[in-house]
Amino acid sequence: MSKKTLLNSKEIEIILHRLACQLIENHNNFENTVLIGLQPRGIYLAERLITILKEEYAINNLKLGKLDITFYRDDFRRRDEPLSANSTDINFIVEDKNVVFIDDVLYSGRSIRAALTALQSYGRPSNVELLVLIDRRFSRHLPIQPTYKGRQVDVINEERVTVHWKENEGEDAVYILND
Amino acid sequence: MSQLSVEHLLGIKHLNRADIELIFKTADHFKEVINRPIKKVPSLRDITIANLFFENSTRTKLSFELAEKRLSADVINFSASQSSVKKGETLIDTANNILSMKVDLIVMRHPNVGACDFLSKHVDAKIVNAGDGTHEHPTQALLDSYSIREKLGSVEGKNVVIVGDILHSRVALSNIYALKLQGANVKVCGPKTLIPKYIESLGVDVEYDIKKALQWCDVANVLRVQNERMAINYFPSTREYSQLFGINKELLDSLGKEIVIMHPGPINRGVELTSDVADADQAIILNQVENGVAVRMAVIYLLAQQIEHK
Repeated sequence: MSKKTLLNSKEIEIILHRLACQLIENHNNFENTVLIGLQPRGIYLAERLITILKEEYAINNLKLGKLDITFYRDDFRRRDEPLSANSTDINFIVEDKNVVFIDDVLYSGRSIRAALTALQSYGRPSNVELLVLIDRRFSRHLPIQPTYKGRQVDVINEERVTVHWKENEGEDAVYILND
Repeated sequence: MSQLSVEHLLGIKHLNRADIELIFKTADHFKEVINRPIKKVPSLRDITIANLFFENSTRTKLSFELAEKRLSADVINFSASQSSVKKGETLIDTANNILSMKVDLIVMRHPNVGACDFLSKHVDAKIVNAGDGTHEHPTQALLDSYSIREKLGSVEGKNVVIVGDILHSRVALSNIYALKLQGANVKVCGPKTLIPKYIESLGVDVEYDIKKALQWCDVANVLRVQNERMAINYFPSTREYSQLFGINKELLDSLGKEIVIMHPGPINRGVELTSDVADADQAIILNQVENGVAVRMAVIYLLAQQIEHK
């Protein structure tokens, strides 16, 4: 197995700050905006961005939800491995809100399709954007593109992109793995 | 673990502890789903489920049907009273006829013990037992344990007494299996005529004094007196039953501690429970009903997960 470092801790730090600034550019004081991290891996990124927005830009009225898409996936009964769900925690209604989905890697776009369906259970948002740390270009199965992206990469299908977070894996890094 | 060790839910007897944990963990997610503004997920949109009820049922049938619809499955309902069973059709013929309509999963209630086991060996569909005679009623036992876990934090180490007609009760047997599997201490309490012989071999104790039983327990699961299953008189009168085994407010107040009261419904008010007990805060009877939908969603979802996509 080969392992290549795509981003190190310093590069991730810079990217996170840029993404936070881009969010501020579009959403001003976040009065009518809610952030929704996608379970399980999008939550780390969402929480990191929230910390930056709060501590460095003094934006305090941020709303963060966690959305699990397991029951909305289109590969139920079509995988070798059974699906296992995570918790959903959205204690607000998204009706007429600007929603920003946050996830670590955008690959086929199917998770985002499922998230869009799942979101309907919480109302009709006025618009939905997508923020990802890594955009795997040329690998989409659906017409879905990110609004904000940390880094765009071209990797072949056999390769995996994994994001490590300090909170979970003990380091901030993005690797490309080839099994 | 994210998969059940069984292919059908025929009884708690066939499950292991990890299965129960998985069902409860999945039910937690579904409980959140059914409390959303829109209470439905699309997981089972290409699954068809037949509810075969060869015996009357209101709440179990409604609960299963709601669970199936919340998962977006297509549902067909069948009641023996309106069907060809009356005309002499056998169980396998009925089931095969329904399967020809491309049904993936069957939820069945039947007056005969073992009907679901029999069906599972002869038809190509997932089977969920919704009660077979006086044998098992696994989803009821699961939702009962789930409700105890929700109210008291866990089932392990808790003292649970099952009160009433143990002899005719599938709820009692499934509950005994489920509670023992999760490490609870179980006693049964009721008239001698309604306690089966050799019940101790299941690892439960028998107590004939309701007050002592209640004093010992954390949870009392009170069963309905099933007059319809009693061909002979097992006790002199309902009045005497309620005097000896009925639970009223006075009895609860005399315990000096608060216990949780459960009942699988329908309640005979004034017989096994008085109204002030059934409606008290310590009674979690309506929570049981809500949890029933979440637990049944979990069971159906986990079994449907095993159905191969064609």
